[in-house]
Amino acid sequence: MPETVSTPASGAAPNAHKQAALEFQAVNKSFRTGERTIEALNAVTLSLAKGVITGLVGPDGAGKTTLMRLAAGLLLPDSGMVRVFGLDTATRMNAIHASIGYMPQRFGLYEDLSVQENLNLYADLHGVGAAERGERFEQLTRMSGLAPFAARLAGRLSGGMKQKLGLACTLISRPRLLLLDEPTVGVDPVSRRELWRIIDYLVAELKTTVVLSTAYLDEAERCADVVVLDEGCVLAHDTPDAFQSEMVGRCYHIDCPGMTKRDIQTHLSGRKGVVDAVIEGERVRLVVDRAVEPEITSLLPNRADARLAPAVPRFEDGFIALLKKRRPQTLRAAHQTIHQVIDERSPESDGEVIRVDGVDRWFGNFHAVKKLTFTVKQGEVFGLLGANGAGKTTTFRMLCGLLPASGGNLRVAGVDLRRAAAKARARIGYMSQKFSLYTHLSVRQNLEFFSSAYGLRNASRAKRIAWALEQFELAPVAHAASGDLPLGYKQRLAMACALMHEPRILFLDEPTSGVDPLARREFWNRTNQLAAQDVTVLVTTHFMEEAEYCDRLVIMVAGHILASGRPSDIKNLVRDDTMPEPTMQQAFIHLVESSELEDKQ
Amino acid sequence: MWNRIIALLIKEFLALIKDKKSRFVLIGPPIIQLLVFGYAATFDLNRIPIAVYNEDRSLASRDLAAAFTGAPAFEEVARIDHHEQIAPLIDNKKVLLVLHIGQHFSRNLLKREPAAVQVLIDGRDSNTALLALNYVQTIVAAFNLDWAQTHHLALPPAQLKIRAWFNPNLESQWFVVPGIVGLLTLVVTITVTALSIAREREQGTFDQLLVTPLTPVEILIGKALPGFVIGLIEASFIVVMAVAWFKVPLLGSLTALYLGIVLYLFAIIGIGLMISSLAVTQQQGLLGAFLFIVPAVILSGFATPIANMPPLVQDLTLINPMRYFMIIVRSVFLEGVPAKPLIP
Repeated sequence: MPETVSTPASGAAPNAHKQAALEFQAVNKSFRTGERTIEALNAVTLSLAKGVITGLVGPDGAGKTTLMRLAAGLLLPDSGMVRVFGLDTATRMNAIHASIGYMPQRFGLYEDLSVQENLNLYADLHGVGAAERGERFEQLTRMSGLAPFAARLAGRLSGGMKQKLGLACTLISRPRLLLLDEPTVGVDPVSRRELWRIIDYLVAELKTTVVLSTAYLDEAERCADVVVLDEGCVLAHDTPDAFQSEMVGRCYHIDCPGMTKRDIQTHLSGRKGVVDAVIEGERVRLVVDRAVEPEITSLLPNRADARLAPAVPRFEDGFIALLKKRRPQTLRAAHQTIHQVIDERSPESDGEVIRVDGVDRWFGNFHAVKKLTFTVKQGEVFGLLGANGAGKTTTFRMLCGLLPASGGNLRVAGVDLRRAAAKARARIGYMSQKFSLYTHLSVRQNLEFFSSAYGLRNASRAKRIAWALEQFELAPVAHAASGDLPLGYKQRLAMACALMHEPRILFLDEPTSGVDPLARREFWNRTNQLAAQDVTVLVTTHFMEEAEYCDRLVIMVAGHILASGRPSDIKNLVRDDTMPEPTMQQAFIHLVESSELEDKQ
Repeated sequence: MWNRIIALLIKEFLALIKDKKSRFVLIGPPIIQLLVFGYAATFDLNRIPIAVYNEDRSLASRDLAAAFTGAPAFEEVARIDHHEQIAPLIDNKKVLLVLHIGQHFSRNLLKREPAAVQVLIDGRDSNTALLALNYVQTIVAAFNLDWAQTHHLALPPAQLKIRAWFNPNLESQWFVVPGIVGLLTLVVTITVTALSIAREREQGTFDQLLVTPLTPVEILIGKALPGFVIGLIEASFIVVMAVAWFKVPLLGSLTALYLGIVLYLFAIIGIGLMISSLAVTQQQGLLGAFLFIVPAVILSGFATPIANMPPLVQDLTLINPMRYFMIIVRSVFLEGVPAKPLIP
C-alpha cells in the first residue's frame, strides 16, 4: 500500500513551537490482568502545546485513558517521564495537582446530592474560597445551562446534563490543564454542542490547555492538534488540516440510480483499492488508497449510470486510512455475511412488523411518552433519535415488553404485547446500551446460555454458537471472561447473543456508544446485511452520521415525535438559504432547538 | 421449559463459582463460623483462675481446697495469706473468684457446727459468675457428703441425684453445634439468593434475561434452585462435621433432618428472593440480607432460650423460620425424633 499520512510518529507537531503544557518522554506503561500483560503505552513521546485543545483519538484499547491518567498523575509510568508544565509527575505531584483538572469517563458525581451541593462539595475539595465561589458558580451554571436545576438531585439529571455538571465541577478550581476523557459519550448532539461551547470559552478566555479524548471524529476536527493512538503507540500527531490534506483527491461521492445506497456500500466496501465506503446522505462516500480518480466501471461494473464526484476530504477519512493501513485484516469483516435464514414471512399482509398506536407512558406525574404513533415495515432499518431524556429508551423498553404501556396499543411481530409478551419476545433480539453480558462467564458460556435461554438445543445450538464465534470473530477469545474484553469485543458479543435465535426484529439501544469508528463501521456492515435479509432493525443512536444508515427515522423530543421520515425528508425540513446542504447533525440540532424555543413561547 | 431452566442453572452456578467474592461467601463463612461457634462459643467454663486463701491449714481445709484446685473448671493461679491481697486480685481480673477458708473451719467442722466457707466472686460478668457459683456449690455439696460419710454423721435428709437426659454430661457443644446447621444454612443461602437478582439488575443483564422467552416462573425456579442446592450442601457439610469432628450424636432419623432442612430452605429462599427483588444494587441486597439475619438468629433460640424472652418478643419469634428449624435440628440430633411429627 502506498504512503498515506507521512507524519512521523513523534511529538513534533506544528503547534509544538509553543511552550509545552504536557510532555511525555519515552513512556511505557503495562498492566497485568490475570495471566495477560497488556502494553497500554509503548515508548510514547509527545509534547502537547499550551493554550490549545489537543484531541486524542484511536480505537478501543489504544491507551487513551492510560495516557490521561498518567498526565493526571493517577498512574506513574513504568519507565520514561511525564512532565506537566515542566514538573515531573513522579516527584512534584503536589505542586502539579492544583493546576490540573481531570474528568474521567464516569465522573464521580454524588447522585444523592443536588446540583448546587455537588458544586459546593467540589469547591470545598479544591479549596476554592467563599469570595471567588459566588462568581464562578454563577458563570459555570449559566454556561452549562444548569442554573434552573440547581436544586435538582444529580441522580435525576439526564445523561447530557450529568456530563455538563461533571465538567462544571472539574472547572471550579480553574485548572490550567484540563484532561477530559470521552466527555461526550452517550450525550446527544445538542448537549454536546453546549459542552463544546464551554470548552471553547475556556481556551479563548482563560487560556486553558485542554486534552480531550473522543470517539466522535467531527469533534477531533475542532481541535488544534490531534494525536492518533493505536495499541499504545502514537501513529500521528498533527493538525486536523494536515490529515485532511493528505486525503485530497482520494475522496469521492458515488451514486447510482438503479441501486440503493446500502447496496452500493456493501458492494464497494472491502474491494481492492477501497479504503472506506460509508453512506452519506443519499450517496456513498468512497475513499480510495491513491490519489487517482478510480474507473467507475471497475467499481460498479455494468452500471453505466453510476456517477462519481470528488468530495471534500474530512479528518475521518485520514483517520480511517491511517488505521486501515496498520491493520488491513479489518477489511475482511466487510466480506462476511450473516447467514441468517428467515423462513417464516411476516403474518401481517402489509409487512408491518411493529405498530405503535397512541402509546402513553407515565412515571408518577411525569409524562415520559406522549401518544406515540409510528409503524415499522419488515426489513427496514428504523432510527429513533432524540436528546437525552426524550423518551427513546422508555419507548424501547415498552417495545421489548420490559415495561408496560400506560395506554395505547403496541403490536410487535404480529403479537399484541399486552396479551402475549412471551410469544413476542421469542421473535425479537435486544441489545442494551450497556452491552449487558455475564461478565464472569466466558464468551462461549455467554453464547451457550443465551442460545439455551432462547430454546436452542443440541446440534442446532452447537451450529449457532460456531456461527457466532466465526462471524463475529470471537473464536480467539472464546475462553476469555467477557468482562475483561475491550469494548468493541463486548459489543460484538452482545450482538451475537441477541442474534442467537435468529430473531426477525432486532432492537439496538445505542449500540455504538463509546465504540471506536472502525468497530462502528463493522457494526453497521453487519446491521445492513441483516436488513438485507429482511430482519427489521430498530436502533437509537447519538451519532448523527449513523442516522443516515436508517431507511426511516423519527426524532423524539420530550416524549413525542418531532419529525419523521426518510433521512432526506428530515434534512429537507431545515433546508433554506443559510443551510443549502444541511447535515443530519445540523438538521437535528435545528429541529430540537426550534421546538424548545416554541415551548418557551 | 426444563432446558431453559437448566441453562439458567448452569449460568447461575458458573457465575457463583467464577466470581471470587461469591466463591468466598460459599467457602469462607462455613469454615470460619464452624470453628468460631464450635470452639469459642461454649457455655462450659474451663480453667477459671481462682485464688485460695486458706487460714485454717488443717487436713479438712486442704481437702476442700484440693477439691477446687483439682476440678477441671478451676485453676489456682495465686495463693493468698493476707486479707489485703484479695481485692487487687479480683479488681485486676487476675482471678474470677477467691475461696476463703476461715481459721475456725476445721474446728467448727469437728465440733459439728456449721463451718462457713466464703467465696468472693467477680460479679461484673454476671453470666460467668452464676456459672462459676454453680460449680462451687457442686464441689461444696460433694465435700459435705464425703465428710458426712467418712465421719459417720447423719447424711443430709434429701440428696440430689441429677441425671441429664439427651446430653448426659451437659456439654454445651452438643447444644451449639447442631444449631450451627441452622445458622450457616441461613447465612449462605440468604446471601446467595439475595444477591442473585440484585447482581443481574446492577449489571443490566436482568433486562436481557427478561427479553428472552424465559417466563417469570422459569426465572423464579432458576433463581431459587441454586440457593436450594447450595443450602443443602452447606447443611450436609455441617451435619457431617458435627458428627465426625465434634462427635455430637445424631440419634434421630436422617429423613426427619432432611425434611426439616428442605422446609427451612424453602422459607429462606423465599425471603432471600424477596430481598433481591427489592434491591437495586448488590450492596442493598447484602444490607437487606443482614437486616434479616441478625434478628432471625437472636430470635431463634440459637444462643438464648426463647422462654426467657418477654411475651411480646416470644410471639414475634413465631414468624421466624429459624426458630422452628432450631427445634427440629436439636430434637433430631439429641432426642432422636423420627420423621413422623414433621409430616402434617
